[in-house]
Amino acid sequence: MGKFVIPVGPQHPALEEPESFSLMLEGERVAAANVTLGYNHRGIEKACESRTYIQDIYLLERICGICSHAHSTCYVQTVEDVAGLEVPKRALYIRSLIGELERVHSHLLWLGIAGHEIGFESLFMYSWKDREVVMDILELLTGNRVNYGMNTVGGVRRDITPEQAQDVLKALVILEEKTKYYIQLANEEVTLIDRLQGVGRLSKEDVLKYGATGPVMRAAGVSRDIRKDDPYAAYGELDFEVITDTHADVLGRTVVRVKELMESYKMIRQILKQMPDGPITVRAPKKIPAGEAVSRYEAPRGEDIHYLRSDGTDKPDRVKVRAPTLANLAAISNMLEGGYLADVPIVIAAIDPCFSCTDRAIKVVNASGGESMFDWEGLRRYSIDWYRKQGIDMKGTKLSRGED
Amino acid sequence: MIVDRIVTWARMKSPWIVHFNSGACNACDIEVLAALTPRYDVERFGILLKGSPRHADVLVCSGPVTLQQKERLKTIYEQMSEPKFVLAVGTCASSAGVFNGCYGVCGGVDTVLPVSAYIPGCPARPEAIIDGVVKLLKSLKK
Repeated sequence: MGKFVIPVGPQHPALEEPESFSLMLEGERVAAANVTLGYNHRGIEKACESRTYIQDIYLLERICGICSHAHSTCYVQTVEDVAGLEVPKRALYIRSLIGELERVHSHLLWLGIAGHEIGFESLFMYSWKDREVVMDILELLTGNRVNYGMNTVGGVRRDITPEQAQDVLKALVILEEKTKYYIQLANEEVTLIDRLQGVGRLSKEDVLKYGATGPVMRAAGVSRDIRKDDPYAAYGELDFEVITDTHADVLGRTVVRVKELMESYKMIRQILKQMPDGPITVRAPKKIPAGEAVSRYEAPRGEDIHYLRSDGTDKPDRVKVRAPTLANLAAISNMLEGGYLADVPIVIAAIDPCFSCTDRAIKVVNASGGESMFDWEGLRRYSIDWYRKQGIDMKGTKLSRGED
Repeated sequence: MIVDRIVTWARMKSPWIVHFNSGACNACDIEVLAALTPRYDVERFGILLKGSPRHADVLVCSGPVTLQQKERLKTIYEQMSEPKFVLAVGTCASSAGVFNGCYGVCGGVDTVLPVSAYIPGCPARPEAIIDGVVKLLKSLKK
């Protein structure tokens, strides 16, 4: 059978964001899949180095417009860690509250997109209609539907009044009722189960091998959640379960996400009940002492990691972001290969990809069409050789270990 | 000409849009999609999201234009048939916003294409997007 390659993207109706896939087909089945990234590369990490710590919060918040609170919280945690700030408890609770509301909005959004990809348009419209309930709550609490701007170094910027807390509880009643329907749908609806079962399988071994994270990992039965394993903000004081499933396919990822919604509601109730009184921010120095820190955050899509190195000025020396989608993308070829072409959109959608989060590195493409990619050692070797040809020989420079 | 007036009337009643992410953070894209869902439901005005630029009248751009997307944005625009309009949704699409000065960003959408309407906001609210489209259509009348 002849093989041929189908390019998908960077502009494609099934994709929300610019990324491109090249799918090698054997009949209806995908024989090989390659992902090309970088269309969304803006240069945020470098830009962070030329802006102050406070400005960076708002820049990093805009890495992603869905899990914006995840990125800003993860970043301020690194700064607070280096500066040795003790964040007030109330601020930590508010951070967790916004984080959980964000998870609710993100999972409902994903459910709609998944419905859209499999041609279940009613689910798309239903879940996005319900999502507006949580968007209203987020707007009420933070002043904006997305990109909340709640975090600052040393706390949060807005307090929550008892009236607002009441409104959140009222909205939870509506959301909970709707979510029960979605859970029933994922567990009982025959069409949905037939469509999703066995699609995009990624076994437990492969999850661990490729380092997949978030609902993709938990759907394969790996019980790992940063909120439980390495509690940040107020999660250490909350009682919740880590949802896992054994399907290890798209159906499992759907079940995990809808069940996580219920856990989020449970947590929001506890947060509102247990939230202590007190200040919401501590005074933070403008100049952060030299040091480095890593912080982890369970974003709706999985584990988000921020690294910060400071040099004692008011601007960071280096900021590095590892978004959850990057971890999941390593496994996507494995999920696609052997599957049908028709399953490609839902398999890609099922990792809940966020390419604006992910595009952290660029590949050099020559104008002639050839591609070249350097690893660190290769680039170093290239630069040394190039200078040698220019007549600048750095004798004694080791090309790599065990050479020269 | 009566034919022209009928054509303009028809165009105003059913502007089809194509959405292009030129390097956005997703927030504006989601708000564009949210405008299609029951709360806002722009389809009742005849506004339809199309997959192909060849079918669309309005190019809705979100996000600052990244160097990678610059040429692709031009290609998409060239594939659209006349008359065509470009809508810059969000602060980034209007002026690169918070990403101004990043090495991977060449500026707002107007550095690459002629823009008919700017919709500010970070992200632009669905109401604002609908308002922008309506204002764009009103300008067609003249």
